[in-house]
Amino acid sequence: MKPSRLTTYGNWVLDRFPLTKLWNDHMAQYYAPKNFNFWYFFGSLALLVLVNQFVTGILLTMNYKPDAQLAFDSVEYIMRDVNWGWLVRYMHSTGASAFFIVVYLHMFRGLLYGSFKQPRELIWIFGMLIFVALMAEAFMGYLLPWGQMSYWGAQVIISLFSAIPVIGDELSLWIRGDYVVSDATLNRFFAFHVISVPLVLVLLVLLHIVALHEVGSNNPDGIEIKKNKGPNGIPLDGIPFHPYYTVKDIVGVGVFLLFFATVIFYMPEMGGYFLEHANFIPADPMKTPEHIAPVWYFTPFYAILRAIPDKFAGVIGMGGAIVVMFLLPWLDRSEVKSIRYRGGAYKKALLLFVISFLGLGYLGTQPATPAATTVARIFTAIYFGFFLLMPLYTRWEKSKPLPARVTDQPGLEDRIPALIETYHEMTVQKPVTKADGTTVMKRRPNLAGILNVITRLAIKLKKSLD
Amino acid sequence: MKKLITLFLLLIMSLGVYASEDMKLQEADIDLSDSESLQRGAKHFVTYCLGCHSVKHIRYLRIALDLGVDEKKVLKDIAPEGAGIYDQMHSAMNAHDAEKWFGIQPPDLSLIARSRGADWLYSYLKGFYTDKSKTLGTNNAVFPDVGMPNVFWQLQGQQKPLYKKVDGKQVIDKLVIEEPGTLTEIEFDRVVNDLVNFLVYVGEPVQLERQRMGKYVIFFIFMFVGIAYLLKREYWRDIH
Amino acid sequence: MNNEGVDKSKRQFLTTALTVVGAVGTGYLAVPFLAQMQPSVKAMAAGAPVEVDISKMEPGQLLRVEWRGKPVWILNRTQEVLATLKTLDNELRDPLSQESIQPSSSKNQMRSIKPEIFVAVGLCTHLGCSPTYRPEIAPNDLGDKWKGGFFCPCHGSWFDLAGRVYRGVPAPTNLEIPPYRYINDTLIIIGEESNAGASA
Repeated sequence: MKPSRLTTYGNWVLDRFPLTKLWNDHMAQYYAPKNFNFWYFFGSLALLVLVNQFVTGILLTMNYKPDAQLAFDSVEYIMRDVNWGWLVRYMHSTGASAFFIVVYLHMFRGLLYGSFKQPRELIWIFGMLIFVALMAEAFMGYLLPWGQMSYWGAQVIISLFSAIPVIGDELSLWIRGDYVVSDATLNRFFAFHVISVPLVLVLLVLLHIVALHEVGSNNPDGIEIKKNKGPNGIPLDGIPFHPYYTVKDIVGVGVFLLFFATVIFYMPEMGGYFLEHANFIPADPMKTPEHIAPVWYFTPFYAILRAIPDKFAGVIGMGGAIVVMFLLPWLDRSEVKSIRYRGGAYKKALLLFVISFLGLGYLGTQPATPAATTVARIFTAIYFGFFLLMPLYTRWEKSKPLPARVTDQPGLEDRIPALIETYHEMTVQKPVTKADGTTVMKRRPNLAGILNVITRLAIKLKKSLD
Repeated sequence: MKKLITLFLLLIMSLGVYASEDMKLQEADIDLSDSESLQRGAKHFVTYCLGCHSVKHIRYLRIALDLGVDEKKVLKDIAPEGAGIYDQMHSAMNAHDAEKWFGIQPPDLSLIARSRGADWLYSYLKGFYTDKSKTLGTNNAVFPDVGMPNVFWQLQGQQKPLYKKVDGKQVIDKLVIEEPGTLTEIEFDRVVNDLVNFLVYVGEPVQLERQRMGKYVIFFIFMFVGIAYLLKREYWRDIH
Repeated sequence: MNNEGVDKSKRQFLTTALTVVGAVGTGYLAVPFLAQMQPSVKAMAAGAPVEVDISKMEPGQLLRVEWRGKPVWILNRTQEVLATLKTLDNELRDPLSQESIQPSSSKNQMRSIKPEIFVAVGLCTHLGCSPTYRPEIAPNDLGDKWKGGFFCPCHGSWFDLAGRVYRGVPAPTNLEIPPYRYINDTLIIIGEESNAGASA
């Protein structure tokens, strides 16, 4: 039978470009573990948000003016006069915060299942470089609206560089291009934010994925599926990424978009956390706002900076908090990857780390009172302790025996009946009299039931930490 | 161990102790679907505020479209004389004079509702009281030593402050009408409410429409998730 | 893994359904993104109609205003000029304005609503330069054949005082006439169509 025209043209391309090989190596014959759970959605979601930032960013660049006199007004112009400009702006600002939520959860998955451990150290390094590039991108992007918070936030952070001995002042001058944050700074941050850092980000993401596909994905049980191959060389616990994970990731994308759209259409400012109130005032070099805080995703590191009493040491501390994450693959001395089989020491340490990180994040949004600073210092100690003491508390860990094959844990869908039962336990039907005299049964919280549930959860948590 | 935890929790709770010395804000009743209120608010703004404050980011055309008012009616009833429909709402006062008379140019109010919030604006506009020690003769309970005169004195009347002691300091407890103006308290509250309603609208004219659009978008995504999930389940039957 | 034939058709249906919903969704998203690039309200405002007061115009005077970023001429033509215009048809490429752009109210010999007042876009239809106004007859640099008109210095195109292009010059069509109408006898608004049809 004569091949169709589409097939002929297709073959012309395939003879000259390794599309089939790429498709097979990375999708149809890339074997991923079959036990990916909730925590494994965030990689593909991060890619989705990256694309979102690119597309909405380019559209914004069509109308934004990177000039200190014009920038603020150009953003309002986009919000009002440009057709659908408001939608593009909100998608970009919400996307920035969504990026950090997704990336923090993605990184946390690494901590849970030991995805940073041998042979995946390089994936982790590339990932950390992406994180650093992302922070730079977000920081520079935040200057662009040229609001009060943009201006003063940049002023504060760039002046941190002047704390570096010997070269500090020159360095700050060089970064700013002026003696204070000014039009020169705005223009160069625009150039970096639109072109250089995005290119670096795309390159790093590519390297990150290539490195991943070279060694294969980790999984919630932390065992290497390549150790158990079938007669045809395919891992017994592996399934081709396409179609199984493409179709599963599409559901993940949809659920993410539900949250994304809810924020964009109903609460784009997110109470002042995604779009800060002070940033609706044009930048005024003469007037400092009462309360300068970085955007929420930087607050943990900002809290560490403020907790340390010396300016230079604070800068070192803040930078160190990120550098120490790079070292993770070599700090962890346990042979076991996944938290499911680790000893109690790591589990307790991780819990403390999470509490400190969230605590620092909250404290970073609040004024630095003496009480708050004390608490921040405690949390900072725990933060660094988690990493720096790890070689000690993981060396002699009492880990559990690893399974030979991946285990089958109940998925989110399977847990729904139990969740409904818990909901019934926490609430009770009570008769309520309405304004017009009729009585109707409504669900109200049941204190005894709630206490029961909390106690059970606490007991379960304590048991799981051993 | 338990002692440590208790101490720690106490320390964290101490962070919450923060006696606020600012005057408690009154709640504004914001309803952007009330086109009549917004029209009245627009008119109030042109009458009492546009003389000094611009709202340069809004055009009369936008007001006509969003409030469902005929363009000619906007130009006749709301906009000042000689305005064009595409014009932005600029103040007649120029920067040079403003600096001479007030020491600073009165800020543009396009985004004031987004930076200060509706309740703050409502309380601020109702919060002027007589203060002989100031050159303007008035002060404001929500924004102490503000440089803005009380433009509403004819409508509201004149207020005087009642003080109370907090931590040994004199603090304004509330304001009472000393000399009544042309409007009753309820009527004046309505004027201010309409004005604040208008300012909230000006802060983001598209907000009502985006909220309306939102439910369709979310419904659509729900449908997408539903079908996607069915497809996922279908494929994953293979996997055991 | 199972490979039952029954599942395949369900998969196909669901895949098609999802693709359709996804495509519709992408379309819904594409529309705002593409509409983004349409002229914004600011561009529309800048392109808004312009009013011109002609009450104080002297005969032979040319007023220049800007509309949509382009120069628009309003010319007060004398009776001699109108008479001369009627004699030029043989030298013109398109004397009856069949190829050129004008509103129906200006599709007549004088190419205007009222014969004395000529309104035209002041851009040469060749490559967009703005021609100069040369009302004088037979000046030195243009020669005896010049009967008054608009001369484009960029490539030498000739237009008469009704904006009609001469034969043998680079410009292909007559000057464009913008939509305009009379608000009253002394006020023209450029950018709004007149309801009146073509007059003789």
